[in-house]
Amino acid sequence: MKDEDFGDSESLELLKKSGGNVFMTSIDAVLNWGLSNSIWPLTFATSCCGIEMMATGASRHDFSRFGIEVYRASPRQADVIVIAGTINHKMAPVLKRLYDQMPDPKYVIAMGACAVSGGPFFYNSYSVVRGVDHILPVDVYVPGCPPRPEALLYGVMQLQRKIKGDSIFNPEDAVERLL
Amino acid sequence: MSEEIIKDVIVGENEDYIINMGPQHPSTHGVLRFEVCLKGETVKYLIPHIGYIHRGIEKMCEANTYPQIIHLTDRMDYLSAHINNEAVCLLVEDAMQVEVPERVKYIRTILDELNRIASHQLWWCAFGMDLGALTSFFYGLRDREHILDIFEESFGSRLLHSFVMPGGLMHDVHPNFQKRIKEFIKYFRKKLPEYDQLLTGNVIFQNRTKGIGYMSKETAIGYGITGPSGRGSNYSCDIRKIAPYSAYDKVQFNEILETGCDTFARYKVRMAEMWESLSILEQLVDNIPEGDFTAKMKPIIKLPAGEYFQRVETARGELAVYVVSDGNKSPYRMKFRTPNFSNLFVMNEITAGHKIADLIAISGSLDLVIPDIDR
Amino acid sequence: MLNRQELTDIIREFEPEAVFSEGTKLLEVIVPAEKLVALAEKLKSDKRTAFNYLLNHTAVDFLTHFTVVYHLESTDYRHLIVLKSLISDRENPKVDSLSALYPAAEYFEREVFDLFGIWFNNHPNMKRFFLEDDYGFPLRKDFRDEVNIIER
Repeated sequence: MKDEDFGDSESLELLKKSGGNVFMTSIDAVLNWGLSNSIWPLTFATSCCGIEMMATGASRHDFSRFGIEVYRASPRQADVIVIAGTINHKMAPVLKRLYDQMPDPKYVIAMGACAVSGGPFFYNSYSVVRGVDHILPVDVYVPGCPPRPEALLYGVMQLQRKIKGDSIFNPEDAVERLL
Repeated sequence: MSEEIIKDVIVGENEDYIINMGPQHPSTHGVLRFEVCLKGETVKYLIPHIGYIHRGIEKMCEANTYPQIIHLTDRMDYLSAHINNEAVCLLVEDAMQVEVPERVKYIRTILDELNRIASHQLWWCAFGMDLGALTSFFYGLRDREHILDIFEESFGSRLLHSFVMPGGLMHDVHPNFQKRIKEFIKYFRKKLPEYDQLLTGNVIFQNRTKGIGYMSKETAIGYGITGPSGRGSNYSCDIRKIAPYSAYDKVQFNEILETGCDTFARYKVRMAEMWESLSILEQLVDNIPEGDFTAKMKPIIKLPAGEYFQRVETARGELAVYVVSDGNKSPYRMKFRTPNFSNLFVMNEITAGHKIADLIAISGSLDLVIPDIDR
Repeated sequence: MLNRQELTDIIREFEPEAVFSEGTKLLEVIVPAEKLVALAEKLKSDKRTAFNYLLNHTAVDFLTHFTVVYHLESTDYRHLIVLKSLISDRENPKVDSLSALYPAAEYFEREVFDLFGIWFNNHPNMKRFFLEDDYGFPLRKDFRDEVNIIER
C-alpha cells in the first residue's frame, strides 16, 4: 500500500522524528527491511478473534504473502504476539510470562475489541482485564468484533512501517517505544 | 543377585511424572490447561483446569436487557453463534406467547444448518491439523469462506451476527439469499467427497483414530455428553428429533448414530451430519414462504414472573437456557447449560492408558470450544 | 412416557413431603434438603421413571434463601422434571452431593460452589474452578466488587 493511503501517517512521522534516529544508515535500512518482512507470530488465540486470525492465514486472505510464513508454537522463536481474544485475570500472568519469554525485538498487536479495551465485556464483568495494554506495551491496535481479515492485514502492514522506523544503533526498550 | 542390582538402578519408577499442557498450546483450541500424569508416554490420568476465559457472562446477563443478552450469547460458542441466539429468542417468544411468522422459522432453520456446516468444516480443519495433516486446514477454510460470504451479504458480519432477535429477525435477508445458497449446495456436494479422499480412507489416519478413546453409552449418559460425541456411542440425543423447534418438524432427516464408540466413530458422525445438513437445506431453500420478517413485539421486553427452560441442538451438543424472571426487563437469574462444559470432563476416563498423541486426537474428536466451558 | 399426573403420584409415594408446583410448564418438585439424595436415588433406579440423565444443575439466590435446581430427564422415556431444594442458611449453606449417582454432578457442583459458595457434602473434589481461592462469590446478589466491576 502507498504511504499516503494509510490513515495515520502523521503519528508515524512524529514517531520517526522524536523517537527514532534522524540519520538512517543503510545497515539499518537493510536490517529493518529483513525484520519487517518476516515477522513470525506466536500461536495465541483465546476466543472468537482466533477464528478470524486463522481465516486470515487460510487460502483466501493469505498473510504469508506479508512475511508471516509460519506460526511458531514456542515463544522463544516468535517475533510478534497477536493477542486475539479476551484476557481475564486468571490468564493475565500467563500472558505476561509468555511475553517475557520472547526475545527482543518483539512486537505486540492487540486484535479485537476485547484486547483493545475490554470490548463487549467492559461493563458489569468481574473478571475481564479492560484492554491488554494494562499488562503489555502494545504497538498496533486492530479494532473490530471480530475484525475482518483485511483489517488484521492492515494492522500488520502498519506494524511493518513502524519497524522500518527502528534503528539498531539506538535500541529502545519496548516501553519507551510507546507514543 | 544381579537382577536385584538392576532393579535398584531404576530410580523413581513409582513416582508420578506430571507434565503441563498449558493454556497456550497450538492444539487445545483455546485456553485449556491439562495437567497430565504420565508413565513413560502413557497417560495415567489427567486433570483439566479451566477458567482462563471466564468472563462472567451469567452475572452480566442480570444487568442487561434481553436483546442485549443476544449479543453475549454469540460470544459463548462462537462457531454456532446463530443457534445460541436462537435458544434465547425461542425462550423469550415462548414466555411472551408470541407466534413468529412462518418465514422467520424457515430462515432461522436454514441459518442453523448453514452454521452447523460451517462449524463442522472448521472442526475438520482443526482435527486434521492436530494430527499433522496441514492440508485439511486450507481445504476446510476455503469452503467455509463461501458460507461466510452468504452471511456477510445478508447480515454484514462474518462470524458473530446477532441477527436473530426476539420476535423474528433484525431485518429481511438479501434478495440473493436463495440463489447463493443453491449455488453453495451444488458447490459443496462436489467438494465433500474430497474430504473423504483426504482423511477418511487414509491408513495412517485410521490407525490413529480407530480404537482410541472408547466411550460407552452409559459413560456418555452419566457425564451428560450430547451432540455428535454422544451419537458416536450410539446414544440418541438429537434435540431436533426429541423436542423439535422452528421448522425442524417440517423436514425429513436422519439422526446419525454410530456404534463404534471411538474417535473414528465420532469423526464419521460429523462427516455424515454435513451431508444431512445439505439435504435439509435443499428441502427448505425453495419453500421459504413470503411474509413479515418479525412479529410485533413491545419495545421493552419484560418476561412474566416465573421460570422458563429451552433446549436447542448446537453443533456440539445440547444447549439449555434456564431463566428465572421476576417481571423486570432483565432476568433475575440466567443459566446456560452449555454442551462443551459436560463434554470436557469425560476426558479423564477415556484417555487413561493411551499415549500423548492419542490425547490430542481424542480432544480433537470431542470438538471443544473453550469459551463455552467457562462462559 | 409418563404424564404429569402419573409422575406426581409416583413421586408422592417415594417421598410424601414433596411439594408440587401448579400451572408451570414442567413438573417442579420441591423437597427438603435432607431428603434430596434419597429421592434422586429412587427416581434413578425405579424402572417406571428411570431418570438417568442429569441435564442441568444450578442455584438461584433469592435474598432470603438459596434454591438448588436440578433438571432430570430419562433417556428411555424422555420425560423431564425439575427437582428443587431450599437452603435457608446464608452463612454456611450446605447440601448433599449427587455425584455418586451422576458423574456429571461432580462438575456442576464445583461450579455452584465457585459462584455461590454452597458446600456439597460427600463431594470427592470440592475446589474452585474459575476464580481464585480468596475471591468472593460473584453470583450472589449482595456481591460488590468496587475494583473489578465497572457498572453501567
